Amino acid sequence: MLAGDGNMAESIFWEEILSITLLSLRVSGTAVLIGALIGIPVGTVLGFRQFKGKRILMRFVDIMLKSLINTFMGLPPVVVGLLVYLLLTASGPLGSLGLLYTPTAMIITQLIMVVPIIIGVTMSAVGSVEKAVRERALSLGATERQAALLILREARMGVLTSIIVAFGAAISEVGGIMITGGNIRWWTRTLTTAIVVETELGDFPMALTLGAILLSIAFLVNLALTIVQLKGARR
Amino acid sequence: MAAVIIGAFAYEQYVSSQKSIIVLATTTSTYDSRLLDYLMPLFERKYNAEVHIISVGTGQAIETAKRGDADLVLVHSRQLELEFVNSTYGIHRVGVMYNDFMIIGPTSDPAGINGLLNATEAFRRIVEAGAKDNAIFISRADKSGTNMLELSIWKRLGIQPSNKTQAWYIEAGAGMGTVLRMANEKKAYTLTDRATWLSFKNQLTNLKVLVEGDLALLNPYAIILVNPERYPKRNYEGALRLAKWMISEEGQSLIANFTKGGDTLFKPMARNIELAHNLGFPEQEKELAWYDAQKT
Repeated sequence: MLAGDGNMAESIFWEEILSITLLSLRVSGTAVLIGALIGIPVGTVLGFRQFKGKRILMRFVDIMLKSLINTFMGLPPVVVGLLVYLLLTASGPLGSLGLLYTPTAMIITQLIMVVPIIIGVTMSAVGSVEKAVRERALSLGATERQAALLILREARMGVLTSIIVAFGAAISEVGGIMITGGNIRWWTRTLTTAIVVETELGDFPMALTLGAILLSIAFLVNLALTIVQLKGARR
Repeated sequence: MAAVIIGAFAYEQYVSSQKSIIVLATTTSTYDSRLLDYLMPLFERKYNAEVHIISVGTGQAIETAKRGDADLVLVHSRQLELEFVNSTYGIHRVGVMYNDFMIIGPTSDPAGINGLLNATEAFRRIVEAGAKDNAIFISRADKSGTNMLELSIWKRLGIQPSNKTQAWYIEAGAGMGTVLRMANEKKAYTLTDRATWLSFKNQLTNLKVLVEGDLALLNPYAIILVNPERYPKRNYEGALRLAKWMISEEGQSLIANFTKGGDTLFKPMARNIELAHNLGFPEQEKELAWYDAQKT
C-alpha cells in the first residue's frame, strides 16, 4: 500500500476504460433489447390501419396517437431522468426498491426513452409498407392474413432501423443516466458520464480516449444503419 | 430471451447483495482532489465493502442524504451541517480533516489583493475593481461548502452579489475543477480550497494564489451519518464502519500521507480535540468516544 501521490496507475487506466465501455454497452444494449420486445409489437399493431369503423373518429384517434408518439420520441432524456429519479428516490413511491444509483436505474431511464423511438419508427415503417403492399397483395388473391404476414416481412428492414436508431440515441445519452445512476466510479459510470467527470477533473487523456471509443461506436451504429437502408432500397 | 433479461437482473441484485454497499455523498472539492479514489479502495479491501461515491455540492450531498439516498456524508459547511443534524436526519457529526481556502486570481491582480491577510478586505477590493470593469469574480453558485464560505464573506461586506446587478460576478453553478478552469480562461478571481488548487494548478497558468492564511478561510470537513431511525433500510452498519475507519489512527494517517507533487492536500484533525474545537466541533470529544465505543 503506497502513500498516495494522487496519481492513477497506468494499469488502472485501461481497466477502467474497459469497465466503462462494457457498462455503456450493457445499459444501452439491455434498454434497447427490452425496448424492442415492447416497442416492435406495439408499433406494428399501431402501424396496421386495422381501424375499421367511423372514418372521422378513427382518423382523429390516429392523429392523436401519432402526435403522442412523436412527442414522446422527442422527450428530452434528462427530463426522463428527473422523473425516474423522483420515482426511485428513497422517499419516493418506488424508493423501497433501492434502485437509485444502480445500473438498473439507468436501464429503466433509457428504456423509457427508447420505447417511443422504436414504436414510432416501427409504426411508420409498417404503415408505409402496408400502404404500398396491401392492395396489391389482396388484388393478387392473398387473404388478409397472408397480406399481413407479407407486410411484416417487407417491413423488417424498417424495424431493424428502429432498433439501430434507438441504440444510437441511448449510447450517446448523458443527462438522464447521470441523474439516476449517480456517475459512480466502477459502478454507474458510462462512456458519456465518464467524459463529463474526467473533463471536470481535467484528465484529458482519459476523456479523449473515451470520446474516441464513443465516436467509434457511433460510427459503427451509423454504418449498420446505412447498410440496412441500402439493402432496403434495393428491394 | 425474457429469461436472459430476468436472469441478468437477478444476477445483478445478487451481486449487489453480496458486498456491503455504502453510499457516501460528498462534495466535488473532496472528490476532485482524488483523495477518495486513493482512500476508499484501502477501506474496501479491508472490510470487503463497496463504497459508492456520489459527488455533488455540499448542499446537494446533504439533500441526497435527507432524502435517504445515501448512508453518510462527507461535507464542509458548518451551517448546512448543523441544519442537517438539527433536522434529525443526520447524526453524530464529527470533524475528520481540514484544509483551507484561498483567493486566487489573475497574475496581473487588477484588484491589488496579493498578500493581504484579510479575506474580507480582499473581497472588498474585488468589488471595487469589478465595479470599474477591471475584475471578474467567479462563484461556484451551487450551494457547495466553498460557495457557502464565499457567501459568508460577501455577507460581512453587507452585499449579496448576483450576476443580474453586478456584471463582474459570474455564477457558474459548477464544481471546483470546472470553476478553476473557467477562472483561468477568463483571468478571473475565485475562492478555492487548497486541495483542488494543488490538483489543478499545473493547468492554471494564468492564475496564482493571492490571499491565504486568514482564519476565516479554514475549511474543516465533517462526517455525518444518516439516522437509521429515519431510514432503517439504509446501510447504517457500513456507514458506521467507514466513519470509524476514517477517524481512526489508520485513516487519519492515510489522509495525512495523501500528497500531490509533494504537497499535503488535507490535514487530519479528528484526534486533535483542541483544533477540532477551534474549527467548530465543540462535541468532538463526545462524538469520538461514541464512535470508539461502537462495535463493528
